[in-house]
Amino acid sequence: MKTDDPQYVSILSMNDQGPAPEAAIVRDIIKHGSIVAPILIGLSAVFWGVNGAWSSAYGVVLVLGNFAVAAWMVSYTARISYALMMGATLFGYIFRLAVIAAAVFFVRNATWVELVPLCMTIVITHVGLLFWEMRYISLSLAFPGLKPKHVASPTVQDSTSN
Amino acid sequence: MEALTRIAHASIRVAAELTPAEAKANAAAQMAGLAYGLAAIGPGIGIGMIFGKAIEAMARQPESAGMVRTTMFLGVAFTEALALIGFVAFILLKFA
Repeated sequence: MKTDDPQYVSILSMNDQGPAPEAAIVRDIIKHGSIVAPILIGLSAVFWGVNGAWSSAYGVVLVLGNFAVAAWMVSYTARISYALMMGATLFGYIFRLAVIAAAVFFVRNATWVELVPLCMTIVITHVGLLFWEMRYISLSLAFPGLKPKHVASPTVQDSTSN
Repeated sequence: MEALTRIAHASIRVAAELTPAEAKANAAAQMAGLAYGLAAIGPGIGIGMIFGKAIEAMARQPESAGMVRTTMFLGVAFTEALALIGFVAFILLKFA
């Protein structure tokens, strides 16, 4: 039997106590999102007016919140068990999708909501921010020397961080 | 069983009393819901596969867990985008 093997480790007891990369990814995504959001909101305001701008802002908040919740779930459960991480993420996928659906359904008839900019913002922000982040991640994985270093002191600027 | 038969008969009667426009709208709503459900199945399978393989990789090489989790998280987010696109298409077809 496998459990008689002294080297056998159950997946239920395996966990990761190291630093959570998801938190760093989401911090980066939120930073990029805060750069992109005014542009998207401005474009929506140009085409759909004030309601479009509010809808676009709501969409950006939904997407960034979705990323933050996903990262929190993965990093929190990974400290407990990989099996729990998988379960939490699969059920979390359904849960987060349901929350986004509910968040759009409940406001769809509100006076300040324009559905087209809201839906377009959700998709464009989600995919666009991921592609932006993927560029950094793939560069860091391919060339570890380019990986941004932690700044020792707030007054010291690291030239490699860009 | 009798209750189910009664419900089925009532549904058929209601469907028969609908005007063509109402029946068309009814069918469109049902199809939109079905399409959204189908659009969510694929990403669900994809996320399961990504996580399964990632956990296998982390179990084999715990020292590479950070790198695996990084790529796993991005992969999951990209897969989730498919479900979001399905949802957005549903919302736009149904309500816009």
